Amino acid sequence: MTAAIELTDLHKAFGSNRVLRGVDLSIGKGESMVIIGGSGTGKSVALKCILGLIKPDAGTILVNGKDATAGDRDAFLAQFGMLFQGGALFDSLSVWQNVAFRLLRGADKLSKSDARDVAVEKLRRVGLKAEVADLFPAELSGGMQKRVGLARAIAAEPQIIFFDEPTTGLDPIMSGVINELVREIVVEMGVTAMTITHDMSSVRAIADKVAMIHEGVVQWTGPVGQMDDSGDPYLDQFINARAEGPIEAVR
Amino acid sequence: MTALLWIDHFLASIGRSVLALLASIGRIAVFAALAVSHLARLPFYAREFGQQLLQIGYFSLPVVGLTALFTGGALALQIYSGGARFNAEAVVPSVVAIAMVRELGPVLGGLMVAGRVSSSIAAELGTMRVTEQIDALTTLSTNPMKYLVVPRVLAATLAMPILAFIGDVIGIMGGFLVGTQRLQFNAATYINNTWDFLEFEDIFSGLVKAAVFGFIVALMGCYHGYHSGRGAQGVGRATTNAVVSASVLILASNYLLTELFFSS
Repeated sequence: MTAAIELTDLHKAFGSNRVLRGVDLSIGKGESMVIIGGSGTGKSVALKCILGLIKPDAGTILVNGKDATAGDRDAFLAQFGMLFQGGALFDSLSVWQNVAFRLLRGADKLSKSDARDVAVEKLRRVGLKAEVADLFPAELSGGMQKRVGLARAIAAEPQIIFFDEPTTGLDPIMSGVINELVREIVVEMGVTAMTITHDMSSVRAIADKVAMIHEGVVQWTGPVGQMDDSGDPYLDQFINARAEGPIEAVR
Repeated sequence: MTALLWIDHFLASIGRSVLALLASIGRIAVFAALAVSHLARLPFYAREFGQQLLQIGYFSLPVVGLTALFTGGALALQIYSGGARFNAEAVVPSVVAIAMVRELGPVLGGLMVAGRVSSSIAAELGTMRVTEQIDALTTLSTNPMKYLVVPRVLAATLAMPILAFIGDVIGIMGGFLVGTQRLQFNAATYINNTWDFLEFEDIFSGLVKAAVFGFIVALMGCYHGYHSGRGAQGVGRATTNAVVSASVLILASNYLLTELFFSS
């Protein structure tokens, strides 16, 4: 079976800083893969390479068996939804216009009223009332902004969703709510999900499989159930939040 | 030996600065070419263009108008006192008109708009870069060059000649007010002298200059904002660089355009 996302020997350097040093990773269709690792180890860079936001120096990226760097860019990006770390909502647009952004543009664009209906429906799906639709992002709390970002990510029914640190900056209860929502949406829509996080409660709530990136390579990958008994000292140190171990605390 | 080493370091630092400058010029030229090439390709975001036209054109009117009014008045006083040295006070209306239309209207208007618009564009796009909104646009299948840069550059290029024209009229009016109220010129004579000495080329060259300045103002704002560094400091630096580079380029291109129009 073709993997939804396949990274082979992916390299990326910024000047003398070699961030990715040969990442190999395979994510099956309908699978929820969570990428963990310390700050600056290249998790976000790998994600941005897949989306074409950053050009890798070497290596191949296949999405549904096709080279990610070739072919129609719009059609390629239409497969993806993305929840950004800070929400990345457009300040000048209302909440519903943010959610329906993709639906209002492009070849298959909907009428304004249809797009608004879809936006309100997606907002409901993430637990927000219809009244929120006409507010602006600056009028929302951090948790609500994340939910709007999530609604935007799923609005166009993508096949693959990326979640970049979905619980960063949220209190534990709101983190739990977002984790639950992410899991529900991934299962309900049957999408392939790739999540980047440092939050171990997110890992356990969201992941089918886990991959740990350390020093620009995948240090360990496997089902979330095997994570605690992996025997990998790097993974053990990371998931148990120990200062002592092979990963240097000062990087 | 120490002196040789010092000269070596000095020359190397000059070389590095020149190379960095050339690299910057190259990057800006590529960015400008990309923006212009996107102007000719669909989709065109009319709503964003309309918003920018309002933001850049309409909301710059007070600052351009006030600048022109006071400049026209001061110019009339200066020409009168300077002209008095060789009994040429009568040239006040014509020189005020020509100076406003050819130079001061477009250049001062351009500089004022650079301060207001370049900085605001750079800060807005810089913040969008830092908060990943520009990346979000790409993932939503929307080209940021088309959605953010093209509407701003086109709006500024079209709005600036209109602003400059309005500035010209207000500046001449400033000269007229000072001329008639302070310097005892006859109102009808002042207006006649203004009209008689103005030529189409004067007005046309000023409007072309203004269009070029508008392009520069928006391009510098977009370029520096789009490539803003991280954090508040990055956005702050982008804003400063946008205003400084737009102002310097306006003055440099003004000289080149003046050569082009009037050197013969």
